[in-house]
This record gives sequence, structure tokens and C-alpha cells, in this order.
Amino acid sequence: MTPERERRGAQLVAKYPNAQSALIPFLQACQEEDGYVSGDAIRDAAELTGITPAEVESIASFYSLLFKEPVGKHVIQVCRTLSCMLRGADELRDHARMRLGLANGETSADGRFTYEEVECLAACDRAPCLQHNLEFHYDVTPEDFDRQLERWRAEEPAVTMPAE
Amino acid sequence: MAAFEPVLTKGIGELDLADIDVYKQHGGFSALEKALKEMTPEAIVGEVSASNLRGRGGAGFPTGKKWSFLPKDGRPRYLVCNCDEAEPGTFKDHMLLRLTPFAIIEGLIISAYAINASHVVMYIRGEFLEGYRIFKRALAAASAAGYLGKDIMGSGFTMELILHRGAGAYICGEETAMLESIEGKRGEPRLKPPFPANAGLYGMPTVVNNVETLCCVPHIINRGAGWFSAIGPPKCPGPKIISVSGNVANPGNYEIPMGISARELLEEYAGGLLPGRRLKAIQPGGGSSAAIFEEDLNVGIDFDSLAAKKTMLGSGGFVVMDDRTCLVRASQTLVRFFEHESCGQCTPCREGGQWVARMVGRLEAGEGSVNDLRVLGVINNTITGTNLCPLGDSIMPFLSSVLRRFPEEFAAHVQQAGCPFQKAPEFSAA
Ligand SMILES: Cc1cc2nc3c(=O)[nH]c(=O)nc-3n(C[C@H](O)[C@H](O)[C@H](O)COP(=O)(O)O)c2cc1C
Ligand code: SF4
Ligand code: FES
Repeated sequence: MTPERERRGAQLVAKYPNAQSALIPFLQACQEEDGYVSGDAIRDAAELTGITPAEVESIASFYSLLFKEPVGKHVIQVCRTLSCMLRGADELRDHARMRLGLANGETSADGRFTYEEVECLAACDRAPCLQHNLEFHYDVTPEDFDRQLERWRAEEPAVTMPAE
Repeated sequence: MAAFEPVLTKGIGELDLADIDVYKQHGGFSALEKALKEMTPEAIVGEVSASNLRGRGGAGFPTGKKWSFLPKDGRPRYLVCNCDEAEPGTFKDHMLLRLTPFAIIEGLIISAYAINASHVVMYIRGEFLEGYRIFKRALAAASAAGYLGKDIMGSGFTMELILHRGAGAYICGEETAMLESIEGKRGEPRLKPPFPANAGLYGMPTVVNNVETLCCVPHIINRGAGWFSAIGPPKCPGPKIISVSGNVANPGNYEIPMGISARELLEEYAGGLLPGRRLKAIQPGGGSSAAIFEEDLNVGIDFDSLAAKKTMLGSGGFVVMDDRTCLVRASQTLVRFFEHESCGQCTPCREGGQWVARMVGRLEAGEGSVNDLRVLGVINNTITGTNLCPLGDSIMPFLSSVLRRFPEEFAAHVQQAGCPFQKAPEFSAA
């Protein structure tokens, strides 16, 4: 474990009455650094919490915001649930797939974009909506999507999935 | 619209209630002061019981009763605040988190004092990063002002709050799954009993309450149980935030007195349907609830009235569908949601969900058969009521209700070998 990671892990363990409670926050911190839950992160997390790497993997796989494979610098998550569907989510989905050239769950060959269709984001009054690196975008029309996409293409975010 | 002065949402949209000074100038923390300085924990539990406050997270369990189940055996107690809001069509807790975080903090401290829980966990859905950051700042401000930590306001009551971020899983909103998740495990619901009151977080006595439930508590302390229980039906009273979405003129969160009619909510609060449209179906209590229809609009929006209509208030997500909506497509979206979110422990939920999702998907794609329709009409009995947690029982209610009310629309998908709405969007609801 790197000293920085060890320090962050110790801080998290100290926060809880039980070391294993620090597992998910620790994986979030590792993911912030590595871009996904890497093999190193799994070993470090096992060491930190005293469970086996296989157990860590099984737990991590339960949570949709912990990525088991490298993802793009930009993770775009379009809501597909009912309230958004009633206000144009199908059109937004088709448009996003076409513009990005990606199917649900795919990452672009250059490693810059990941596209996902996700469930209700609790922003149904401003539908259709999406998250870009966990930042909300509301009432997204295909034109809005294109404008945003141009911006995203031009920038290199320092962090994709912030832990805090 | 009958004049109802908002309680929980007062000042939202006008004031920056995420600023502790603004919150205090408008009466914030006065209930905390009263509770800690003038009331015993027992008196607070008594007041909340007398108010008939019922939990706003979905199940509607009486809050005072839940609090009084805790065994008096001296073990440390935990209070967990459920801010994992992910029920389709519900967005009230997300709003409270971002726009009035101190109201949640005040409710949490009073409730923790009432049940003598010195450990509190605030569980925030992973997707709510902005809300998490706002809440974290609010906590720091509340801490600096002496509302958290040791000997709060000289009362001798000490409370530590742990802020915990989820990592993406609807099922973690179920209270025992949430406890597993906080313990660093897969979010799989536990078999009950034991109930969290006896063996909850880390095996200790635990209460899990919803954000909006906790936000009601300071007002009950300030204005009394009698004031609260006089708002709406006596058995399920109080102010209630309803998240209105879908095909209405003005989607948004509306705070109503419990018990107003669905019609009043739709027409007076949410501005009615869009011009020229007709109502087809409404989900009154989130994605898990059975639909109500035009003929049901006089039903009261409260726990008991909706239960009498064989549906539920649930989380208060009110999703409106007009005559352009394909109910097969709507069902497909919801069934896929539950299929996707099943934790997989129970066979009817896991396998049944996949099976129904495939069947509805076939229908919508124009590949369904008359036999599929027949099976969809009866499968409810096999899937519902046979699972460990209520998620499995949420797969069928909407689908069954719209299939019963609009059988011809489902049949049309078979007869025309495709979705009639994709060919003719003006298909009539009649
Ligand atoms: C699948 C499922 C998801 C749930 N999600 C939530 C949720 O996001 N927020 C919530 O407060 N309650 C949720 N609940 C209800 C909780 O289990 C629990 O009843 C509630 O948090 C208790 O708080 P209350 O008594 O204040 O309502 C969910 C229940 C189930 C079965
Ligand atoms: S009903 Fe579904 S979600 Fe609930 S415990 Fe069983 S499999 Fe898991
Ligand atoms: S359905 Fe998309 S945010 Fe709720």
C-alpha cells in the first residue's frame, strides 16, 4: 500500500466502530485515484479490513458505482426510468448512443467516454436527466446534449468519480 | 387551492437555508433547544407517539411506536437516517438534503436524544454527491456551533454523527440491507426477526428513519402533537411532501396536508395535465405502487385511503401518465427496474423478475403471444408475497393494475404484432 493510501485507510477505519465499515469508502477513495477498483485496491482493502480479496471482490461487485473495469475519463449516465421515459428519455438515450457511438455499458476505444443507462436519479421533476461524473444535468434536450458533449470533449477532468 | 401553510418546505426556494445563520433566523434550532432544555427523552417519545406521525420512507410505520420498541438493556443504541432515496418517481429527500440540510440535522439530534442513541449514521445515496457535499458543510457548521459532539447545549447529551456515502444499489434503501451496507457488506436484506430494534447495526438496538420523518420531529416539538394530528386524517396526519412527475404541467415537490384528493393534487398543485391530453394512469406511491385511474381521483392522498384502494402512499412519488403513454412500455420500464435491482437472494424475486421482464419485453417488441397475456394475468400470485423483503412484492402491482384496467391495450400488442403507440401516437385511452 502506498503511504498516502495507508493514511487515508487509517482515517476511514478510525471513523467507524468496525474496520469493515471502512471498506466501501476506502474503495471509493481508491477509485478516485485509479479510475476504477483495481487489483491493487482490492488487495489493499483486504489488508485494511482483515477480510479476503475474494470477499472484497464479491462485495464491490454488488455496488453499481464501483467499477470493476477501467472506465472513461467522462462517465455519462442517462436515466431510463419511468418519469424520465414519460418526458423524452428514450429520445435522449437514442441520441446519446448515436453521438457517442456507444451501447449501454461501453467505453470508447480511446478510453475517454463511458456511457451507461441508469435507474431513477431522484430528479424526475426535471426530466430527462443525466449525470456526468456524478454531476447532474437536468431537462436535457438532444441539443443540450450536443453542447455539453462538445465541452466534455475539450476538457480533461482531474477526477472522474470523486470519493467526497 | 385551500390555503395550507407549508411546514417542511417553508422558505425553500426563497431563503438560503443551507446557511446556518439564515436557518436560525427563521426559527431553526429552537426545537432542539426546547427539547434538550425542557423535555425528557420520554416526553419527546410521548409527544411523537401522540402526534400519530407515520414513517415517510414507504411503509408508514408509526414513528413513536418504533422508537418505544428499543429494549432497555443498557446497550449502545444507533439511529440511522435513510437518505438513499431511489424509489422511481420520488425526489423529496434529495431536495431536503440539498436545500434544507439543517432541518435534517435538527431532527436527527432531537430524535437521537429521544431514543438515547449516542451514535448516528447518515446514509446518503452515492449518486447524491452534491447533496453529500452540502450536508458535509452543514455538519461542520452545526458542529462549530456546538450542536454536535459532547454535552450538546449543556444538556449532558453526547452524540457522534458518521456521514456515510452509498455506492449505488436501490436495495440498500431497505433498512436491514442498509445496515449490512454500513457494516461494509453486500446490501442484502436480513431475515427478520430479529428486528433492528433488538439486533440492528453491529448487533445493537437500532432505529432507521427516513429523512422526511425526521424533518417532521422539530415541528412536533415546537407546535405540539395536537397541532400535527389535526392536519388531515387523524390516523395518518401531518404535512407530506409529494413528488409529482410525468405528464403534468408543473412537475415538482408539493407539500400538502395529508388526505387531500388526488384530483386536488393533480389539478390545483401540479397544474393539471398538458393541454388537450387525457389522464390514463397515475402511480400514487412510487414505482412499487399499483396504479389509480380517472375514476379514482377522489381518493385521499394518505396511507389509509390509498391502501383501501389496493395501492399505497409509499414514498410519495406521484407519477402521472396521459393518453400518449403505452402502458406495456411503462410496465416494461418498471419491471426491468426491479429485475435490475433485485439482490438475488429469493427465487421468486430473482427468477420471476427476469421472467416477467422478458415476457413484457416480448410484448412490447411485438413478439408476444396470447399465452403470455394469460400468464401475466395470473403470475402475480406466484411472485407477490413469497419474498424476504418488499422489493419482490413490488414487481407486479403496477403491471397487474394496468393489465386489469386496459386489457385491450395489452392484447393490441399481440394482435398487431407490435406497439400501437409507435405507429399511431394518438391511440386513445378509452
Ligand atoms: C426495496 C426498498 C427500498 C427502500 N428504499 C427506501 C429509501 O430510499 N428511503 C427510505 O427512507 N426508506 C426506504 N425503504 C423503507 C425502509 O426499509 C424503512 O422502512 C424506512 O427507512 C423507515 O423509515 P420511516 O419509518 O421513517 O419511514 C425501502 C424499502 C424497501 C423494501
Ligand atoms: S425480495 Fe428480492 S431484493 Fe428482497 S431480499 Fe429477496 S431477492 Fe433480495
Ligand atoms: S425517472 Fe429519471 S430521475 Fe426519476
